[in-house]
Amino acid sequence: MTFAAYALRRVVAIVATIALLSLLVFALLALTPGDPAITLLGPQNATPEAVAAIRERYGLGDPFLVQYGNWAVAALQGDFGDSIRSSEPVMSVITSRLWTTVWLALYAFIITVVVAIPLGILAAVRRGSWIDRLASSITLIALCTPAFAIGFLLIYVFSVQLDWFPGFGNGDGFFDTIWHLTLPALALATLQIPILLRQTRAAVMDVVDRDYIVFARSRGLSRSRIWLRYVLRNGSLPVLTSAGLILAFSLAGAVLIENVFALQGLGSLLVSSVGTLDLPVVQALALLTAILVLVTNLVIDLLYYALDPRLRRAGAAA
Amino acid sequence: MSADSTGAQPSRATDTSIDEKRRTRWGPVFWVAVVIVALFIIIAITADWIAPYDPYAQDLVASSQGPSAAHWLGTDQLGRDILSRLMVGSRTGIIGPAVVAICATVIGTLLGLWAGFSGGIADSVTMRSVDFAYAIPPLLLAIVLVGILGGGYWLAVAVLIVLSAPADVRVVRAAVLAQREMPYIAAARTLGLSQMRIAFKHILPNVAPTLAANALLQFVVALIALSGLAFLGIGVSAGTPDWGLMIAENRSILDLNPWAVIGPALCITILAVSVGLLGDRAFDVTTKRINER
Repeated sequence: MTFAAYALRRVVAIVATIALLSLLVFALLALTPGDPAITLLGPQNATPEAVAAIRERYGLGDPFLVQYGNWAVAALQGDFGDSIRSSEPVMSVITSRLWTTVWLALYAFIITVVVAIPLGILAAVRRGSWIDRLASSITLIALCTPAFAIGFLLIYVFSVQLDWFPGFGNGDGFFDTIWHLTLPALALATLQIPILLRQTRAAVMDVVDRDYIVFARSRGLSRSRIWLRYVLRNGSLPVLTSAGLILAFSLAGAVLIENVFALQGLGSLLVSSVGTLDLPVVQALALLTAILVLVTNLVIDLLYYALDPRLRRAGAAA
Repeated sequence: MSADSTGAQPSRATDTSIDEKRRTRWGPVFWVAVVIVALFIIIAITADWIAPYDPYAQDLVASSQGPSAAHWLGTDQLGRDILSRLMVGSRTGIIGPAVVAICATVIGTLLGLWAGFSGGIADSVTMRSVDFAYAIPPLLLAIVLVGILGGGYWLAVAVLIVLSAPADVRVVRAAVLAQREMPYIAAARTLGLSQMRIAFKHILPNVAPTLAANALLQFVVALIALSGLAFLGIGVSAGTPDWGLMIAENRSILDLNPWAVIGPALCITILAVSVGLLGDRAFDVTTKRINER
């Protein structure tokens, strides 16, 4: 199978998955207890005229699949309707919250890479040493600690006791935002570090005493050349795979951490929208999140295929 | 949960001595974890008798107090005793995750056996649904479904069962596919043994350690997810002594009585880490078995 055929098959599969997911997301409206028209209006605005108008506008009398078709066509054009709480278009509500979450995720990811990759390599090279044991203990504890527990621990130590960082809020301007996002990003990074550390350690350990490394060493290649060309290049493949897992963890972690630190991001938007049954916002967030996860995993798989000549050759032979 | 489960082959000869050393070094830690888990279970069972106060009893005169001789971990805003609420809270902390782990293992095993033995369409439909469930972050789905349907604690448990079972489906199905063509299975079949008997006598014993390790991991994931949901106010109803909910209810008195927040956070973490350690150990046992083969 050629690369193009492989890519095409994957893209088709993902489009089918997204279509199925969108149907499920749309069905949330029908699943919500109570009259969908009143759900969409919010109970306080549900005058008989308004209910009639909303039925007309959303075609709530139409068969389910017709309703779904209309919704899906609008959604494809980026129109998920209006938020019930703020009456603004859903997409502008989402974009106004987007950047906090993006900065938080990016900040956390940088911390994760800076901590996890060197520590993972070190743990693999000094296998069984105190640093390896320390790394695996940290990994286990961090994997088993909930995001919000880490968040409150950080707030208590660095905000209440030491008063170094603010415990809540977004901040204004670049440096103030960085300052405000430091504790949340640390909390989020604590969730991601174990995954990346574990992958890095396993990947490097797998490569480091292969025959071709011994051979390269015996040919007298320099240490740095062996590390860059052989160990890290081969070791980077499994690490790449964990990126999808890290993204999924970050999304779930961001929901909790934004709530702990009272950040106005997408995660807190999801929780407050669920709480107030602001369904158009929930539908848009759920669908966009799922698409983000699926597309990231697709890109990773394609990259994997492109980076690993063995896979390509195996594909060509088959 | 093993450090080696992600891809490295710990089977190379040089590794065994180091791994052996590590295993013995982990010995005491393992027993500490066993004792901690046992303690939590005993507390959950006997909470009604050993809790110093009624976990619901309010004492507004003594609200938001720090630790004292009367209240070892202080009180919350309504003057309820934190220690008593932590003890009773170990019930929702243990029961839900345990139900998730047990049900997911049973359902996942049965589905895996079915998919592996019947093959064909049943197999591909099962496996596609498994892939589908893998792509969904469990906590997010639970927030949306439980939050919108308003189903409470047990709906959250059900969602987690559905999303946890696929890991077991994969393991059991792979074991069935690997063993199905073995001569001894053909022999068993010739002897007229039923598929059920082959499954339970020959295939499941092979994967039992992996399933046990998975179940412990599922417990940890469910504990973290359920307490996260409770923290967001989804699942358990307000006022229930539940660790996640206690953190949410007491967050505003973090400076007055930090134990009201740190206490439940520590309970979740200590229980999760202990169960996680047992899972790690179970994975070590499974990889060791594979290496010896």
